[in-house]
Formats: sequence, C-alpha cells, structure tokens
Amino acid sequence: MGMTMTQKILAAHAGLDEVRPGQLINARLDQVLGNDITTPVAINEFEKAGFNSVFDRSRINIVLDHFVPNKDIKSAQQSKQCREFANKYDIINFFDVGKMGIEHALLPEQGIVTAGDCIIGADSHTCTYGAVGAFSTGVGSTDMAAGMATGMAWFKVPAAIRFHLTGKLGPRVSGKDVILHIIGMIGVDGALYKSMEFTGPGVAGLSMDDRLCICNMAIEAGAKNGIFPVDEVTVAYLTGRSRREWKVYEADPDAEYEQTIEVDLSAIEPTVSWPHLPENTHTARESEGIAIDQVVIGSCTNGRLEDMQAAYEILKGKTIAPGVRGIIIPGTMQVYKTCLQNGWLEAFIDAGCIVSTPTCGPCLGGYMGILAEGERCISTTNRNFVGRMGHVKSEVYLASPATAAASALTGHITDPREVE
Amino acid sequence: MNAQGRVFKYPDNVDTDVIIPARYLNSQDAAELARHCMEDIDPEFVGRVKPGDIMVGGWNFGCGSSREHAPLVIKTSGVACAIAKSFARIFYRNAINIGLPILECEAASDAIQAGDEVAVDFDTGVITNLTRGESYQAQPFPPFIQDIIRAGGLMNSIRQKGGNKA
Repeated sequence: MGMTMTQKILAAHAGLDEVRPGQLINARLDQVLGNDITTPVAINEFEKAGFNSVFDRSRINIVLDHFVPNKDIKSAQQSKQCREFANKYDIINFFDVGKMGIEHALLPEQGIVTAGDCIIGADSHTCTYGAVGAFSTGVGSTDMAAGMATGMAWFKVPAAIRFHLTGKLGPRVSGKDVILHIIGMIGVDGALYKSMEFTGPGVAGLSMDDRLCICNMAIEAGAKNGIFPVDEVTVAYLTGRSRREWKVYEADPDAEYEQTIEVDLSAIEPTVSWPHLPENTHTARESEGIAIDQVVIGSCTNGRLEDMQAAYEILKGKTIAPGVRGIIIPGTMQVYKTCLQNGWLEAFIDAGCIVSTPTCGPCLGGYMGILAEGERCISTTNRNFVGRMGHVKSEVYLASPATAAASALTGHITDPREVE
Repeated sequence: MNAQGRVFKYPDNVDTDVIIPARYLNSQDAAELARHCMEDIDPEFVGRVKPGDIMVGGWNFGCGSSREHAPLVIKTSGVACAIAKSFARIFYRNAINIGLPILECEAASDAIQAGDEVAVDFDTGVITNLTRGESYQAQPFPPFIQDIIRAGGLMNSIRQKGGNKA
C-alpha cells in the first residue's frame, strides 16, 4: 500500500522508508513556533527541565501577536519574558511590535515555512502551512519546549480523508466559504486525528491565500493537518520567497484514504457559520435579516492581501450602516503597508471603519472589539464558541471577508453578490 | 494508579474557550487561572469541585485552541481524571504531556450522570460507577504514551533519556 503526502513527509523526517496510520514516530522538525500566550509557558517548562541551549536558533520562531501592542501589564510581562528568552538564545526569527504579523499570515509571507517541511507550533492554527505543501500541526507549550530543546517531536501517523475538488469558485466565493462548507458537511470532529488531503482538478484554480485559509481551519474539523499538493501556484508563491530549498512530496497513486469526499467548488455559496460551532453552516442568503452590531475583518484565517482586497472592493465609496462598528485588521505589517500604498486604508476609514495594526485581539476575546451582552458580530475569524469574542451571551457568525464587508454595508447578514 | 470521586458531566464539543476563556490568558499562574475553570458554561464548578473529582464529557472534548492552560486548569482544580467519548487531538497531547489522566470510553460517557460516584483504575482502564453498580472498559494507552506518563510527563521523559545533548 502506498502513502499519502502527509505520511511521506513524516516518514522522511523520521528517517523511515515507510510509515503506517497509527504508528508512533519521532520526527525531525524544520521549524518550531510559539506566540506571546503559549511561549511563556514553554519557556517555563524549558527552564524547569534545566535546558541551556536550543537545537537551532534559526528554526525557532517567536511571534508576539495575540495581545500586542500589549493590552495590559500582565500581557506586557509575558511579551517581556519572550523578548528576554529570544535575546538570551539569539533567536533569529523573533518578531516584535513593528515587525510582527499574525503568526500564520507572517511565516508563509516571510518564506520561513516551505514545501516538504515538518513543523510544529504552539498554536492550533499552525495547520495553515499545509497550503505550501508542508506537514504542519498545532501542539501545546510543553511540546514546543521539547521541540526547541531537541528539534524533535513525537507523532502518531494520521490516517487521511481525501477531498477531491472539482470546478471553479463563483464570483465573491472564496477559500473561507470552501472550508466552512466542508466543516458543515463533516462536523467539528469529522476529521478528528486525521489529515485532510485536498486534491483534484479544482486545486489549480485556488489562490495561495485561498489555500492558506482552507488549511487554517482544518483544526476546526478536528484534523491533525490539512495539506495541498505542490503545483504551479505553490512554486510561483515560494520562488523568491522561500528562505530554504524546498522539497516536493507527492501522494502515491495507491495511497490509502479512509474516505474520499467530492467537493464541487462551483456549487459552493457564500457560507456563514452560526453560533456556537463552526459546523452550524447556512448560506449567506439563508442568514439574511440577522442584524449585526459589529464586523471584524482580519485574523490568521482572513488577514491576507486578497482578503483586504475583497473588503476594499465592496466597501470603496460606500458607508457602513448606522450603528455598525467596522474593525479591519491587516494580518501583517507588509499587508498593512500594501493596503496603505493602494489607498485601501483610506477607503476603509471613509466607509466608517477603524483599521488596527496586526493583532489576534478580537478573535479570541482579547481586546480591540470585545462584545457586550446580547451583541452580535459577523467575523472573518475561525471560532464562534460561547464567549469567544466577549460576553457569554454575545454571538459570533463566521464568514468570508466579502460577506462580512457586504453585511457591514446593510447592517444585517448579506450575500456579497447582492451589494454589487 | 487509581482515582475516585464525584462526577461533573458536560456535553459534546466542550471547547478550550469555555474550559479557560482567553481573556484570562495574560497570566500563566495555574492557581489564578483555575479560579475561572469552566465558568462560561458552569459558573458553579469552581465552588463545588473537590480534589479527586472526575470530569466526564462527550465527543471531541477540549476542541479549539492549543492552550495547554486548558488541561492544566482542570488538573489544578483538583480533577483527578477526565473521561470522554473522544478528545480533540491537541488537548489529548497536552493532557499526557502535563500529566492529567484521560480515558476514552463511549459507554462510560453515555451511562455516567452528574453527581455519580465513580472509581477509575488507570492500569486496567476499568471505570466503575459506584452509584449505579456498573462498570465500563476504556481503551488503555499505547506503551509509548505509558512511558511518557510513567516518567511524569514529556519533559521528564526527555531528561531521563539524556536531555538535548545527543
């Protein structure tokens, strides 16, 4: 029996010719990642265990993104602890305010993660990097600490579900609608412990930003990782960007999949996940009439340039509805600067929105847009759990940047094809 | 190794945001964080939990964020063991790495009710419901994971194998 793309990358990093689903392996890591919430816990574990060196200072990434610029004294202390650790061990990829971005927008943009890599990050959305053809998965802080010290991690080799993509996305339908649609089909534990392998002729028509968004939310189906094959789109993205040589792994023709799910991209509608689980999907049309108080466009899921462009195209020259608060957060400083140079920030402000520097802030109810009791937000973020963005009696509806921007204009959830 | 205590019962898909809301994650102090454990779905939990108590969930327990603070606050609250039909994969890893015993058992999750007195034998995976006079068999851990648990968590297991000096 052949191996899937994920299994091949894992086998190569474990120094094995072959691995099987369920097998426990120790694998070599190409990159290790943490943020300002998870890294302090990892540093404590690292120090408690008595380690006094890191495996490779060029392969550890510490990104301050959740609560920065620091929202309060306690978060400032956590950032300070990360900064001191990065200085002590001369960590090359330490990203502080001014250079930072939301980690999963930043690392691909900076060419730090590349095809064929094996990556762990102490953040659940580390699965994003499967978009460039890497095996990448979220872990906890203790795993990060062990990874920083040894450059190794243990894994159980995952079985796989294949998503065979055909057709082409319609206008104003994006990667976010694809992944919300898939989570709606299989549920929030539909891919538990497994890899989601995206294949088929439909892949070629998906941009890198679409693929990053799709892999980003693999964890919302319980998956260990999501992964796309390396094709012309990938090579064009990595060329001139990837800091290291990349390696292409392909699934064997006789690779074993537990299940194959057909997805016709041309049939996917703008999709919205209602509270309080990402699997509660409805079309944007079915959601119309639901009044909103706030719109958030940004996050590791949808803070990239194409996301900002979609918001710009819908908001330019218009004004958001009275009583709606519009919050736009470009994912990295580079995205922020490009929006500025393109005149998009001006259009957002003229439309009545605020624009923040990169932060995870509102997505996890940190700051920069917390909801009060009874308030409702349409957001391009990734989770709509109870209390996720604020009060336990507030509500988050997940959607694409186009749907969120269209809803900002009308004051209620709106199919983006209706405002143009 | 054994545990015995009273059960706190929760539904499917208990997520890490309700186990420990992110608004408190500007702290790493386990005792301080544990004061907010489960507060968004069960505000009475913190006042009622006693050392040795047992938490029972349904499918996909601990889904969502990678925050290790989630199993840590459950453990720090005094909970001796978590039982569920399935655990989200990062929560599962984190629980093993920090030393919170967890067991997957569909029958136990279906039958056990809030307030039941339950005993767990970690060596055999047998869960006994003393209130209802029933017992259920959970999947034992594979040997690789038992090694990590026996060593007292991942960092101890690495140290015992010679640390990071290959």
